[in-house]
Amino acid sequence: MQTETTNTTKNGVNVDALLQAREILEGAPQAADFIWKASSEWKGGVHTRTEMNGFFGLGEEHKRKQTFVSETDHPEVFAAPDSAATPVELILSGLAGCLVAGVASVAENRGIQLNSVTATLEGDMNLYGILGIDSGTRNGFSAIRVKFDIDADASEEDIKAVVAQSQKRSAVFDIITNPTNVFVDVAC
Amino acid sequence: MRHTTTIIIGAGQAGLAMSHCLTEQNIDHVVLERGQVANSWRTERWDSLRLLSPNWQSRLPGYTYQGSDPDGFRTLDETIQFFDGYSSQINAPIETETGVLGVEPYGDDYLVRTTQGDWLCRSVVIATGCMSTPNIPAFARDLTSDIRTLSSKAYRNPEQIEEGGVLVVGPSASGIQIAQELQSAGRNVTLSVGEHVRLPRTYRGLDILKLMDLAGVFDHTIHDVDDLNRVRRLPSMQLIGSPTRDTISLNSLQTSGVEIVGRSMGARDNCVQLSGSLSNVCQLADLKMNRLLRTLDGWIDQSDVREICLEAYDLAPTRMPETPCLSLDLKDRGIKTIIWATGFRPDYSWLNVPVLDGRGRLRHDGGIVSAPGLYAMGLSFMRKRKSNFIDGVADDARALSLHLNAYLSAAAAQAA
Repeated sequence: MQTETTNTTKNGVNVDALLQAREILEGAPQAADFIWKASSEWKGGVHTRTEMNGFFGLGEEHKRKQTFVSETDHPEVFAAPDSAATPVELILSGLAGCLVAGVASVAENRGIQLNSVTATLEGDMNLYGILGIDSGTRNGFSAIRVKFDIDADASEEDIKAVVAQSQKRSAVFDIITNPTNVFVDVAC
Repeated sequence: MRHTTTIIIGAGQAGLAMSHCLTEQNIDHVVLERGQVANSWRTERWDSLRLLSPNWQSRLPGYTYQGSDPDGFRTLDETIQFFDGYSSQINAPIETETGVLGVEPYGDDYLVRTTQGDWLCRSVVIATGCMSTPNIPAFARDLTSDIRTLSSKAYRNPEQIEEGGVLVVGPSASGIQIAQELQSAGRNVTLSVGEHVRLPRTYRGLDILKLMDLAGVFDHTIHDVDDLNRVRRLPSMQLIGSPTRDTISLNSLQTSGVEIVGRSMGARDNCVQLSGSLSNVCQLADLKMNRLLRTLDGWIDQSDVREICLEAYDLAPTRMPETPCLSLDLKDRGIKTIIWATGFRPDYSWLNVPVLDGRGRLRHDGGIVSAPGLYAMGLSFMRKRKSNFIDGVADDARALSLHLNAYLSAAAAQAA
């Protein structure tokens, strides 16, 4: 399913390959089942190191070009050394990465040249939840706001339509907005 | 066993139109109907329903609206009368109260088993409509039995619904009309909103369907669209046919007191979990509506219609609740009833011919099904955008009856 990247793209997204993949996967439903993986290790305190290398898809295991790493820690107001971003900031980072990739892909598919794309994200959280002060307050975000600033060779309406479509097709937007069953197990 | 050349399954608009076209070409045929003519209009619609397309928009082959109110909207009774009138005018050879149990290949023919005996025929036209089976979300089975659930197909009127709040799931034509009727009857209605097609009833002084028809939107063919799968899955237009030509929208529903919430995703302990995507689906619908209105503006400005049109204008964006609700505790909110207005899918369980794809859809090219002599009618965007409308079956019936005739001639020549 590998396709040569053509140099006719506007935003550097190989939309032809994506469209081709869609066609192929429609005829091969099992190949579309992917499993994403990460493994993490406690580094003392509230510091964790997570490695990502390998996922399952197209019927087989895949290795990445290198092992990617993300570190998480907590800021000083949480009595931690602040050696890395918090996990919830990585959630914002994941949402931004997914939506921006979507904006680039949808714009490519619609023949829109992007000149610059920036996104600023905010997540509202009341600490009464994680501190166990109020059981009625949820632990996680009560709302997330994403503000896009996009310079592109397109009308304002067309840019808005690209952003709306990128949410519609975003994995992380779906993960955040919809319930997901989470199964946590402990090796014995 | 009885014999005929072609069997049409279903005596709704699609089956009747095809019958007329086959008669014109002297093709011997029979229409099998599980109930009476226009059966789903008789038995599967709510009492107050009016068609959302105007009276004029029912140009069947050899029959159309002749009354004095072309811009009005038929009631359910008038709709049934209209189809009865068509059926008798074209003298359609209908076998009523005849349910089809199975269709299977039989040599070069098809064996059609029915509740009234077997038929053998050379070709079959499937005109059973695209609204056979309601799409009920899988989480419906996680709700406890004290919540009454019914599909929009089973809804009749507010009196049928137990006192208390109602959750209507689905913001397309059926869902918004039912939500409005129940709210007007004094119920507390919550409407769960996923992707939808927003449209105003009138734009620049003309009926929206009139404008779209004049501008040729309904005549777009399967070759005019980029993503056929997407347009075939589009939900119905948010419209209502009322004598006062009201626009019904998420804004008008909120004004009348309906609460809009996100798409229903799951249920746990009688708490319905809602998606946080309400803002996105409303923005998508607003953007798509505006794109259509600008297209219509472009067309109006090039045509004589501009003489009778108002100036172009913008519609208010869909109002969002300040904090859209993310879970509905049915007990806390006094919700006793859930109405699924979540769309339908065709039922082909009786079709014993290998023509279905992995998702249970007919494999066909513009209604020419992937088995010799097998045809479909009335499917969503089957050949044109209007294919599943009353007004859309004429073109498809004409085109497919010609193909069918050619198939029969070729088969006869081969046999000889």
